Amino acid sequence: MTDRTADTAQRPVLTLRDLTVHRGAAKILDRVNLSLGQGETLALVGESGAGKSTIAVAIMRLLGNAKVAGAIELAGEGDLLALTERQMVKLRGQRLSMIFQDAGAALNPSYTVGRQLSTTLRRTQGLSREEARERAVELFTSVGINDPEGRMSAFPHQLSGGMQQRVMVAISLAGSPDLLLADEPTSALDVTIQAQIVRLILTLTRARGASCIFVLHDLALASQSCDRIAVLYAGQVVESGPAHDVLEHHRHPYTQQLKSCVLEIGTKTLTAPEGTVPSHAQMPRGCRFATRCPRALTRCAGEAPPLVPLRANAAGPLDHHIACWNPE
Amino acid sequence: MTKPPQAPNAPVQPIFELIEVEQVFEVPKPGRPLFSRETVGLRALDGVRLSIRKGTSLAIVGESGSGKSTLLRVLLGLDKPSGGRALYRGKPIGEARARGTDFARDVAMVYQDARGSLDPRMTIGAIIAEPLRHFNIVPPEGETARIAHLLDRVGLPADAAGRFPSGLSGGQVRRVAIARALASEPSVLVADEAVSGLDVSTQAQLLTLLQSLQRDMGLTLAFITHDLGVASYLCEEIAIMYLGRIVENGPTDAVLKAPAHPYSAALRAAAPQFFEPLSRPLPGEIPSPLDLPKGCRFSTRCPAAQADCQTKDPQLGKLGSRRAVACIHPITHA
Repeated sequence: MTDRTADTAQRPVLTLRDLTVHRGAAKILDRVNLSLGQGETLALVGESGAGKSTIAVAIMRLLGNAKVAGAIELAGEGDLLALTERQMVKLRGQRLSMIFQDAGAALNPSYTVGRQLSTTLRRTQGLSREEARERAVELFTSVGINDPEGRMSAFPHQLSGGMQQRVMVAISLAGSPDLLLADEPTSALDVTIQAQIVRLILTLTRARGASCIFVLHDLALASQSCDRIAVLYAGQVVESGPAHDVLEHHRHPYTQQLKSCVLEIGTKTLTAPEGTVPSHAQMPRGCRFATRCPRALTRCAGEAPPLVPLRANAAGPLDHHIACWNPE
Repeated sequence: MTKPPQAPNAPVQPIFELIEVEQVFEVPKPGRPLFSRETVGLRALDGVRLSIRKGTSLAIVGESGSGKSTLLRVLLGLDKPSGGRALYRGKPIGEARARGTDFARDVAMVYQDARGSLDPRMTIGAIIAEPLRHFNIVPPEGETARIAHLLDRVGLPADAAGRFPSGLSGGQVRRVAIARALASEPSVLVADEAVSGLDVSTQAQLLTLLQSLQRDMGLTLAFITHDLGVASYLCEEIAIMYLGRIVENGPTDAVLKAPAHPYSAALRAAAPQFFEPLSRPLPGEIPSPLDLPKGCRFSTRCPAAQADCQTKDPQLGKLGSRRAVACIHPITHA
């Protein structure tokens, strides 16, 4: 991916400051700091329970009764956590929108896909019924749906998984958002369809100059599709920065471990890591990775490492960051 | 438990041999009137030829709807093929299953939905004890020790025997399913997507386990997967399926290094690789098996399709000594 960090470092479109989420007694996100430049794609990677999806849902402010602290700053809107629900409703679909993992479950089964898209268009763009219909057909064409006129009257269950996800992409882009959040948009799809959908999302967001956050579990796919990567472990960002820096010059032992588990074609040796992610009830007080870390020091168990820039003269919040007392 | 190595040139009878296997399901005709009983034949498998040699590991790869799981059901004798012959050590699988418990003991299965395949009301110990008792593997007094041994072999603590499936993580549940499959001391292990949907580190743990089990116990492994990286790590041989047919098979490394079938090449290109530019994806989706394309089934999506591909249906033909491909214009790698 092209490195566009230098010219975007000054004006991040989204900044998360110490975003912390509690669900009951469990701290499922712990002081997450992230920034995203205009027109950039960021991949959130990590294993299940790392908090990747929680970040995306927190940005949409759809976490329900979880306790959210910190700040989510969207350019031009200020802190999203300070907005009223009414203000937030206006932003959803217009400035922020989200593609969910399971398109089949996210679409309403009792309305046609054409109606679902037109409704979004009428609400976000203020179009009339006829205008919305015309625009919907255009959008269906742009996301690669064959026979868009005919598919307007199809119900979600009449479409394949790949087609449902294309409908989701069309709906999420209907309001021309500046920030698109895609939560594992392809993990339920076959590999050839996965490639189609990822390309589609990237092409359409780039054409509109929108920024995009991909929640992914596939590091190789992240390297192919995103400018920047943030690696999460048990609710904390352990390493973030330009994709190339994080994956090729990673310094955090967890990034190393995660990368060594990726099977590429032709991989013949595999070292399986020991143990599993600690449960929230037994979360270590210091670095959450300390219990499984091959480089852990005594300090790691007691004191949580902050996320700090790797280089002293860092260009800003978009530079390579790491949270580790004993980096590689 | 290791078996003596086979003499290199001895004529070996394959464990499984499928000869022109067909599986046609009668399904309601799409768009039939409400009370009509009209059906059409859905060809889930069509002319499948495959042999699985003793001690080998075979990956069966393909997208959803390609017939992988139907093939597995035929191998396990759960379904009788509607055409062709499916043999286990030279005898029809149906007969082998009917003649006592040997087949069930020898061929073990790890199901895709590991949690769903375990009785939620039984402890892990009781789940593993079931095959031990059913096949009289150990005398009753040796049962506890054998359960502990099996749990240890799959990397679970001995106290897991007293727990219920609900108390285990996704990775642990899959280990239990593997331990239960190994309890009957099988020589063949058949696994349906045994590592899919797991985190990469858990997947790595299971794959290294399966590889060491296969090597140490001389298991024959038939492994269904959609992940070419998994196939390339775990399996010596690969069979790539598309719409009920095997379109290419042979040694995994050779096939993935220089795929001869355009579909194999497309699958390979679609697999994510670090910092490679995103590949140009295949157009369209897998056609409905109720409405098969004329000629080659892949011709509707094939980037290299020519005029004769729409009329002539290619058969799986030999390509060199160990590979086979079903394509009229296979890719040649200079």
